[in-house]
Amino acid sequence: MAAWVETLLILLTLTNLTLVAMSRLGACIRTVALQGIVLGLLTICVHPHTPSLYVLLLAGGSIGLKSVVFPLLLGRAMRDTHIRHEIEPFVGYGVSILVAALALPVSFWLGSRLPLPRPASTLIVPLAFHAILTGLFLIVSRRKAITQVLGYLVLENGIYTFGICLVQESTLLVELGVLLDIFVAVFVMGITIFHINQEFNHIDTDRLSALRD
Amino acid sequence: MSLALFLCPLLAGVAAFFIRADIPRRVLLALSATAHLIMTVAAWIIGPSPAVGEHLLGLDACGLLFLMITSVLFMAATIYGIGYLAREKPVHHRDFEEGELFANAPEARFTGCLLLFLSTMTLVALSRHFGLLWVAIEATTLASAPLIYFHRHHRSLEATWKYLLICSVGIALALLGNFFLAIAATDAHGGGASLLLSSLIGPEAHLNGVWLKAAFILLLVGYGTKMGLAPMHTWLPDAHSEAPSVISALLSGALLNCAFLGILRAQQVCVAAGLGGFGRELLVAFGLLSMALAAVFIIGQADYKRMLAYSSIEHVGILALGVGLGGAGAFGSMLHAVNHSLTKAMLFLVAGNILAAYGTKSVGDIRGLTRVAPISGVLWLAGLLAITGSPPFGTFVSELTILKAALDGGHGLVAFLYLFALAAVFIGMATSFLGMAYGSPGNRELPQTGPERWSAVLPSIGLGLLVLILGLYLPGGLRATLLSAAAGMGGF
Repeated sequence: MAAWVETLLILLTLTNLTLVAMSRLGACIRTVALQGIVLGLLTICVHPHTPSLYVLLLAGGSIGLKSVVFPLLLGRAMRDTHIRHEIEPFVGYGVSILVAALALPVSFWLGSRLPLPRPASTLIVPLAFHAILTGLFLIVSRRKAITQVLGYLVLENGIYTFGICLVQESTLLVELGVLLDIFVAVFVMGITIFHINQEFNHIDTDRLSALRD
Repeated sequence: MSLALFLCPLLAGVAAFFIRADIPRRVLLALSATAHLIMTVAAWIIGPSPAVGEHLLGLDACGLLFLMITSVLFMAATIYGIGYLAREKPVHHRDFEEGELFANAPEARFTGCLLLFLSTMTLVALSRHFGLLWVAIEATTLASAPLIYFHRHHRSLEATWKYLLICSVGIALALLGNFFLAIAATDAHGGGASLLLSSLIGPEAHLNGVWLKAAFILLLVGYGTKMGLAPMHTWLPDAHSEAPSVISALLSGALLNCAFLGILRAQQVCVAAGLGGFGRELLVAFGLLSMALAAVFIIGQADYKRMLAYSSIEHVGILALGVGLGGAGAFGSMLHAVNHSLTKAMLFLVAGNILAAYGTKSVGDIRGLTRVAPISGVLWLAGLLAITGSPPFGTFVSELTILKAALDGGHGLVAFLYLFALAAVFIGMATSFLGMAYGSPGNRELPQTGPERWSAVLPSIGLGLLVLILGLYLPGGLRATLLSAAAGMGGF
């Protein structure tokens, strides 16, 4: 199973690297949906000996939410706002790939400082950090509100990768609460994007600049 | 009892979305706020439950204290809010600042979200589990975002977007902190990790130091974003200035405390694991930075609601500093949380009256408040004295306690910077507030004339009296709760 875990983790990192180089929002949304499936499978592979109802429920919830519900919500926001491309991000695509690639050694350095007690794979910590850094980078380097929400989801996926190593039977309620919160967050953000588009006729967050000191 | 406290506003909030008539919905709001306050007082009389057991919900001294603040402020906000909703016209408004037309969000949604906001804040105070605490704090963000966007114009929309995105990212980092905490609690022999507060601060908890430190940093940065600690505060002035004043009062007085509770829980774990010193240094640094930054932005601030928002950043800085100093400082910090919440809510409610009377948020355009609206004018001046920590108000006592803790601990430089920031804020706020209160209103066209409504001034009078009483006399029951709350953070 360790080989499967590592394959899935590398797949996660590859989707991150693709994501920073994409300009078409539809493709970005599909890539993040793919990450949802990867994470769902990872949940099952990390716990090979206990394929309990609990793990299956968590994996199913994660796949259903991240690869079906969110893409539908964001795809709808994209159609409503008639925005297809991320035009002129603050950081160009070439530089973005470079940054995401450079984040890898940084993540491995962080991973070497924080060893897990009983890791399913030594790649978990560094590659989870990489997803977190990529998500943060997407949020600060992109102009469109939808891309920033996608960055938030990538960040959340990275954090979730840490979480699935620690899955525990007793806290089903809490884990589901986390999923519910993230769902509502994306839902509320989607509604806000819709309002921003109605009010301003664009969703460029850098032009939201009336409030400052 | 715990469950009822959480469920009562939750169910009422869901129901409020579906009640179409205004009057029954407002009655429901008033009833829920009253029921919540009665249950909170009952819980206060029963006293904190001991921190043992597997329960996800429970009230220790810290939770009880913050629950009490939330409930009292919500009661004040309800009285004010019902009067506010009754005179807010549902049709189009003329924007004060740019003169364009805008509509308000439906009142049912406002009331529903307000009650859900109360229930999520209650859940924060009740949580005995770090995961549940995280769920509750994130839920407060989601429940309050529609409240900030009550006036549907582009500035409040911008503020809502910043609030949602910055706080969600911050709180996501706190989730990572929770996972790190779980890793720190996993022992090398294969035992499971539990995020229950009682097991993390219990004698059997052997936490891994490196992971615990990383967890604390992430929890501090994550919840610190929500609490408004500099340099993660950037959403706060926008959200607090664009929300309706009654919402600003709750955001500043109750919500910032909820995030503070998240940091306090993390510090409790650090103290129990013998790493209290590590957390304390970070808290002092963030506290002083917040105070200094707030002072810079308060001096010469042209918008009085933004000024109050920056003052909140200053005061969360004081809270963090107090806990960071430890000892008597932790006690001072708990007392200051109470005082600041009451004072800031009072000031924001008065700011709402000023906005209604003058139709502007600009400090320079307001003169002669004590003549135009005498009660609000006097409250505004009293609020100035209270918020800047002048005697005889409660804030004076708590700020002095924190100063004494700094001097007793031998932190001369910290004490100097603390006093310097307090003095700068005093000068900045006094200049603006006095200019607004005195002078002649001139012959400006004022949008609202006539006597002041009791629902608009009574909550502020009540809150102001509470701060005054706390400055003169600290009841024994409150003192015991504050001491017991501070004990968890390494106080006394």
